[in-house]
Amino acid sequence: MTEQEEKQTYKKRSQVSAVWHRLKKNKLAMLGLIILCVMIGLAVFADFIADYDTVVIGLDTSQRLLTPSLEHLCGTDQFGRDVFARSIHGGRLSLSLSIISMSIAVAIGAFIGVVAGYYGGRVDDVLMRLMDILLAIPPMLMSISIVAALGQSMVNLLIALAIAYIPVFARVIRSTILSIKGQEFVEAARACGTSNARIILRHIIPNAIGPIIVEATLTMGAAILVISSLSFMGLGIEPPAPEWGTMLYEGREVIRSSPYLVIFPGIAIALSVMSLNLLGDGLRDALDPRLKN
Amino acid sequence: MATPMLEIKHLKKYFSTPAGQLHAVDDVNLTIEAGQTLGVVGESGCGKSTLGRTVLRLLEPTSGEVLYNGQDITKFNRKQMLAARQELQMIFQDPYASLNPRLSVAEIIAEPLIVSKKYKNKKEMYERVGQLMETVGLAPRLMNSYPHELDGGRRQRIGIARALATDPRFIVCDEPVSALDVSIQAQILNLLMDLQDQQGLSYMFITHDLSVVKHISSHIAVMYLGQCVEYAETEELFAHPAHPYTQALLAAIPVIDITRRGKRWETLQGEVTSPVNPAPGCRFAPRCKYACEGCHEGNMELRQISAGHWVACPYAK
Amino acid sequence: MSERLLEIKDLVVEYHTDEADVHALNGVSLSLDKGETLGLVGETGAGKTTTALSIMQLLPKRIGEIKSGEILFEGEDLRKKTEAQMRVIRGESISMIFQDPMTSLNPVIRVGDQILEALRLHRPDMSKEEQQKKVDEMLEMVGIPAARKREYPHQFSGGMKQRVVIAIALALEPKLLIADEPTTALDVTIQAQVLQMMNDLKTKLDTSMLLITHDLGVVSQTCDKVAVMYAGEVVEYGRAEDIFLGKRHHPYTDGLFGSLPELNSHAKRLSPINGLMPDPMALPEGCKFHPRCPHCTERCRHEIPVIHRDGEHMIRCHLMDEEVR
Repeated sequence: MTEQEEKQTYKKRSQVSAVWHRLKKNKLAMLGLIILCVMIGLAVFADFIADYDTVVIGLDTSQRLLTPSLEHLCGTDQFGRDVFARSIHGGRLSLSLSIISMSIAVAIGAFIGVVAGYYGGRVDDVLMRLMDILLAIPPMLMSISIVAALGQSMVNLLIALAIAYIPVFARVIRSTILSIKGQEFVEAARACGTSNARIILRHIIPNAIGPIIVEATLTMGAAILVISSLSFMGLGIEPPAPEWGTMLYEGREVIRSSPYLVIFPGIAIALSVMSLNLLGDGLRDALDPRLKN
Repeated sequence: MATPMLEIKHLKKYFSTPAGQLHAVDDVNLTIEAGQTLGVVGESGCGKSTLGRTVLRLLEPTSGEVLYNGQDITKFNRKQMLAARQELQMIFQDPYASLNPRLSVAEIIAEPLIVSKKYKNKKEMYERVGQLMETVGLAPRLMNSYPHELDGGRRQRIGIARALATDPRFIVCDEPVSALDVSIQAQILNLLMDLQDQQGLSYMFITHDLSVVKHISSHIAVMYLGQCVEYAETEELFAHPAHPYTQALLAAIPVIDITRRGKRWETLQGEVTSPVNPAPGCRFAPRCKYACEGCHEGNMELRQISAGHWVACPYAK
Repeated sequence: MSERLLEIKDLVVEYHTDEADVHALNGVSLSLDKGETLGLVGETGAGKTTTALSIMQLLPKRIGEIKSGEILFEGEDLRKKTEAQMRVIRGESISMIFQDPMTSLNPVIRVGDQILEALRLHRPDMSKEEQQKKVDEMLEMVGIPAARKREYPHQFSGGMKQRVVIAIALALEPKLLIADEPTTALDVTIQAQVLQMMNDLKTKLDTSMLLITHDLGVVSQTCDKVAVMYAGEVVEYGRAEDIFLGKRHHPYTDGLFGSLPELNSHAKRLSPINGLMPDPMALPEGCKFHPRCPHCTERCRHEIPVIHRDGEHMIRCHLMDEEVR
């Protein structure tokens, strides 16, 4: 160690690099991360790869049901639309919808969970019984009923997903908060006279971030499935928008003659859900600061 | 006589449990003079940790008073309490759980300084953190480390530096060395005693280890099931233990003595019962070899048997 | 001379982690005669538990590896035994009790049945009635009324649980009992009860015991022989009289005694050992204690000290050389 480093300067060393170091060692998690990055990359640059209006939703009857080739990597569907281009744009929809809805659910769920967990008592009872009522209905059924009640649109789908997953997050976060609240360092903070707000923001939430990120990652995978299922049933994204579930639905009629119409969107769903699960599991281990290196 | 630095009067802390009222701390009266160390000894479940936390209002007392320089802090409002907390601090038992794993060493030590808004200037504040670290024997280069990168002894030093940050007058030490190895334990005990000499601190030293408490305390209170059963100066208590429980506790310490090897010696029979809805009379009576009819009724009041030596046993001499 | 029960010769154990190899034991030699109690003293990380696990052949698989050395139990090398043979030895000849009585009992099985389990496995020739009788006998022996055998562990206090654990360990009347910090989790008055009981049982059953602890007081009151461990080595070994009454000691042993706040002394300051346990991934050269040793010389930094014997008393320190000269 040099003199320079020994100097008493105060500069916070982030823990992100340590987490990254641990995550890098987990091969499965890295595989998940790479797949996810590729999918997000394709989704972000979807417009450069294939033009939405002409290739993705534009009809071209001369190009119907072509088998995969160099020109059409995954073939074309019965309306002459490129399946590869549609899958990429579909990813854009699924990923962005699930990210947005999960962010809403995490934000609201975290708030409810933190308040219920930290303050306890009657506040906790009321909030958690409410969450229990919501939890009694499976997320899928919940989303179906909300979309059916509010009408089919992308915004309503977002709302439906968010509401369906709020109780899930509220539960997880509440139990995390409860276990952190009982630890001595929280008591130590109170012994210094730290206010409740500061204890929550500085001492409890940073320690709860790990489980929240893990849960959000895993739930995102589940949300992608719900979105696709809803679209498959005709309750999600309306055609001609290229959602994976919608594509499966449309491809189902010609599944015998042109199986690639369902194979590629199917693979896309499977890959995205799998990569999120792998990454989530890896993060669970990597985010624990007590594990050395 | 001048008012003592800290006076605990009829302090009670009850918890409601499904089985009934748990009398964790039951009518405890103690005083601590400036610059002194009061050792609080007892076995697990005797309420010693609850006592420490109730004194600092980390737990709200059920009833009773805690007078700090003559003022009852249990009646303080939030603002007064914030000011009082700077002078009343605590060191915790578990050097692993008592430090926030997401904060660096410097941030942990700076926490009380930030909360008390003592320093406007960040640079000055971290200079103070550096000083504190040197005081407790931590190399200032460890500022940016995280607690999980350090061993138990160093972590406990961080906890001590945090407690010292606001120049407290009184510190509750809750088993600060019981999680540490003997050689590290001795280092920490020496540090605590040096700090007392330099800064004139008062300690309330909670432990189950009688040899540690003898070493560091000027006065000792022995607790059993929520009550203080004996209180005296350290020398006096070890020389003339009066309460049967204190006698049994002293006899049970495994002192270094190879002549006792393989021989039978007297041990206290039975186990600590639970302080839920305790029966009237002496709580130690079920395990006491001298117990008689009279021990199962009435309240056992502390009475003075010689100057400054108080015992809650009617038969003690 | 009494019979040798256990002899460990130059045991070297390493743990392999992703990062590096941890040198847990670096040539440990110990011996224990029949009916004796050997106390293994040292701080966290000294290698006490690793020694015990090596004897039991229970080192974590793949991670822990015995590099070299011999573990002779009744003259036979345990390292050469197959897993099936070890399983028999573990039950019948050597048993082990652990520090935490809360976790070493199965919470959903009645305590009587947990003792019975060992008998069923290793004494199939006993009839059901005989087995039940033995269970009652064992419980009474550790001071628990036999009527309580139908209760579950959570109905017992910590001290009572540790008694049950001891009853299980002794049910098959093993020749060697390894006790890893058996009383550390208990209160002093309960600790005194349990130690007393263990002492009684040892005399009664003529079991040898390897007692692992960090508490020198406990050792002085129960052990015939003492081994002081530091950084994976035995730095001092001898009869209890040598260790507690003898004049010549390893500086580390002196340091341990100096760290203890003694009840009978009035010293205001303790004289602890400076510094910390070395990192077992990067042990210092020469004598492993030299960075913390108050008598460190140039030689200590480079040369590994040899063992100095004085009868049964052994000290691993260069200082002893000079004293002899």
